Amino acid sequence: MENSEYLEVFIEESKEHIQSLNDQLLLLENEPNNMATVGEIFRSAHTLKGMAATMGFQDLADLTHKMENVLDAVRNNQLEINSDIIDVIFQAVDQLENMVVDIANGGNGARDVQELVKKLQQIEKNEFNSNEITEDTSNVDVSNNANNNFVNLDEFELAILDQSQEKGFSNFSITIRLNENCLLKAARVYMVFESLEQIGEVIKSNPTVQELEDEKFDLEFTVLLVTEADKNTIEESIMRISEIQSIDIQAFTSEKNNKETSKINKEEPDVNENIQKDIDNSNNNVDKGTNNTNNNASKSISNKTIRVNIDRLDGLMNLFEELVIDRGRLEQISANLKNAELQETVERMTRISGDLQSIILNMRMVPVEQVFNRFPRMVRQLSKDLGKKVNLNIIGAETELDRTVIDEIGDPLVHLIRNSLDHGIEKPDTRKAGGKEETGDLILKAYHSGNHVFIEISDDGAGINRHKVIDKAISNGVITAEESNQMTDEQVYALIMSSGFSTADKISDVSGRGVGLDVVKNTIESLGGSISIQSKEGKGSLFSIQLPLTLSIISVLLVEVEKEKYAIPLSSIIETAIINKNEILNAHNKKVIDFRGKVVPLISLKDVFEVPMTEEDSEFASVVIIRKGDKLAGLIVNKFIGQQEIVLKSLGDYLGDVFGISGATILGDGQVALIIDTNTLIN
Amino acid sequence: MEEVKTQKSIIIELDKEEYAIPVSLVGGIERMQHITRVPKTATFVKGVINLRGVVTPILDLRERFGMEVIQPTESTRIIIIHLEKYDIGFIVDAAYDVLDIDESIIEPAPKVIGTIDVDYIEGVAKVEDRLIMLLNLDKVLSFDSYEVMKERLKVE
Repeated sequence: MENSEYLEVFIEESKEHIQSLNDQLLLLENEPNNMATVGEIFRSAHTLKGMAATMGFQDLADLTHKMENVLDAVRNNQLEINSDIIDVIFQAVDQLENMVVDIANGGNGARDVQELVKKLQQIEKNEFNSNEITEDTSNVDVSNNANNNFVNLDEFELAILDQSQEKGFSNFSITIRLNENCLLKAARVYMVFESLEQIGEVIKSNPTVQELEDEKFDLEFTVLLVTEADKNTIEESIMRISEIQSIDIQAFTSEKNNKETSKINKEEPDVNENIQKDIDNSNNNVDKGTNNTNNNASKSISNKTIRVNIDRLDGLMNLFEELVIDRGRLEQISANLKNAELQETVERMTRISGDLQSIILNMRMVPVEQVFNRFPRMVRQLSKDLGKKVNLNIIGAETELDRTVIDEIGDPLVHLIRNSLDHGIEKPDTRKAGGKEETGDLILKAYHSGNHVFIEISDDGAGINRHKVIDKAISNGVITAEESNQMTDEQVYALIMSSGFSTADKISDVSGRGVGLDVVKNTIESLGGSISIQSKEGKGSLFSIQLPLTLSIISVLLVEVEKEKYAIPLSSIIETAIINKNEILNAHNKKVIDFRGKVVPLISLKDVFEVPMTEEDSEFASVVIIRKGDKLAGLIVNKFIGQQEIVLKSLGDYLGDVFGISGATILGDGQVALIIDTNTLIN
Repeated sequence: MEEVKTQKSIIIELDKEEYAIPVSLVGGIERMQHITRVPKTATFVKGVINLRGVVTPILDLRERFGMEVIQPTESTRIIIIHLEKYDIGFIVDAAYDVLDIDESIIEPAPKVIGTIDVDYIEGVAKVEDRLIMLLNLDKVLSFDSYEVMKERLKVE
């Protein structure tokens, strides 16, 4: 399909717009009168509609269109925002999201949205009936939107025009017609804008800047310019740009002077009348109406970024690592040759490639915002469902994490936030009785520290009751009564994340927390991170997650088994030991050792991996003690080589999952070493 | 003029017989190098190598086709095959030729090649006095096909 190459871009951008819709709607709910926000929402919906229609996703386009109508009504003050309307719009956004997901999965985005469309239409119509400004205006509005030529100036724009006149600047309405053969219209427009910006300031354009950029115009566009320069200068500077067919410069007066306005509008005399009517009819439209200047402002903040497929970054990284290996060889050669010039060059190369490496690594980093930005919406819904008042505060959303970690961390966080809302923060009346504010605070905070990223979720809710946790743990057989006496608070709280602590149906009896938290803990540990809990009964709790900056680089212990090298992740190693063979005991036909008072089963890597025998057995065995949760095991190897930071690589699709191996890495000599998956070795 | 469809192929040698792999799939030809064994995989999977930063699995075609396994020689090569989802390498006795094989002279694989009935040969082409077998790479990579072949070998 011809469209397929654009499909990916479409999906990505749609997701962005849907996210922006979600964000802005939440904002709007808090400040229903903020027209800038409405404008923002409208723009996102509008762009989405345009894209969907271009790509041929009719249902998506239709729904956005209906949504846009409602928003337009709001924007033009024909409709007052309330919580119900926002709910319906949220539903619509959810449907949009579902459609986009469907499209991403290869569907056609078709969905039954009749009911929603009806609701949206009702909202739209309801207002029209109750409002004084009836259909007449709405008609005018439509035509107005289509042909608006700077009559719909807002307060801000009018102010600028007035001021400029006071200062002796002139205002011009410039109509520019592009050559029919012009290929890159948007680029020409850009050039026009740029040269205009040099001599003055563009206040407004028709069509809007957005539409111009998207090439959603024919050949002609008009801009409103405030400048010190005279007509000729303007004309000269614009005609310098190629592919401009003609230019028409008119003086522009901001007063609602019929003559002036009609002069500008003389190309469309039939609409003109309507527009005049519009002005007279609803002056407030001009005053509080569209915030087009905001449009321009928000344009300029957008970052200069490009989208790069992560596979390409991986490819870059791979090639770069090869370069590093060769660099190592080169360093060795130059050290041997002792040629000053060569050594200098190699040193320079080493420095440059070091910089290069950090840049490449940084490119894989994404702000944690990508995960965080779905939470405001979730918290809103949940707190509504639960009948609680919650104020979510997000700190440090710009903190960067490796892309791979970002992809994995979402679900555990959702779980923890739900948990905090469900069991942490109390109902408003309970809070009041306890002398707290009715609205609970939920703080989501991310920050860097050393080689780690911390994500903290804290609430000022009920906290954890130590005794209840201990009772529960004892009755479920997680710990014994004796053990419980010696546990610190933190150890007790950690119990709620141990498997088998609590089951879903019983959870509400206990202090509250517990369901599925073991899953959260496991996920985080599989990412090489850890989680800890602090809590004060009645004051609230803090869940702190520590994550490695990146998953693609891990610390390992390199070991030798016969002639083969393997890497064991440091995160799963407790310690290493060299033991005498006669310390190995047999228990039920299994080899075990007594390790610090604990019986630890031994696993011979040589046997597990069927390594060809080459060496004679020695009297001593090197053992790596590994752990999985609370279980320990000792891996027998031949030799410890040392600790190293390695880049994690997959074995590829062809081999798929290999027992006991989680991946591979490339060593300094260019050879591949396999990384041992310690979790599968302990069962 | 009638259009003659040809298939440009790399000719590889295995146990003195010649096989063809379409050039379009070949990503490179490497000399024999250290291969890291991957435990608990099929015996014809020799392990993985570092191919310009990508960990690439290597198959021994002799082993795969049930031929006698020999020590690598000077002429032993690793043929890197580019597939849609991954790259993979084949160890072959030698790779020395690129031939345009006229598609019209390709005949379906005879039921019996040597003594073993195999599914990984797609066709046979006779070029001058050489007999060249065209490989079906999907089947070559298939673990099932390997199992079937091993069973047959055992029966014999």
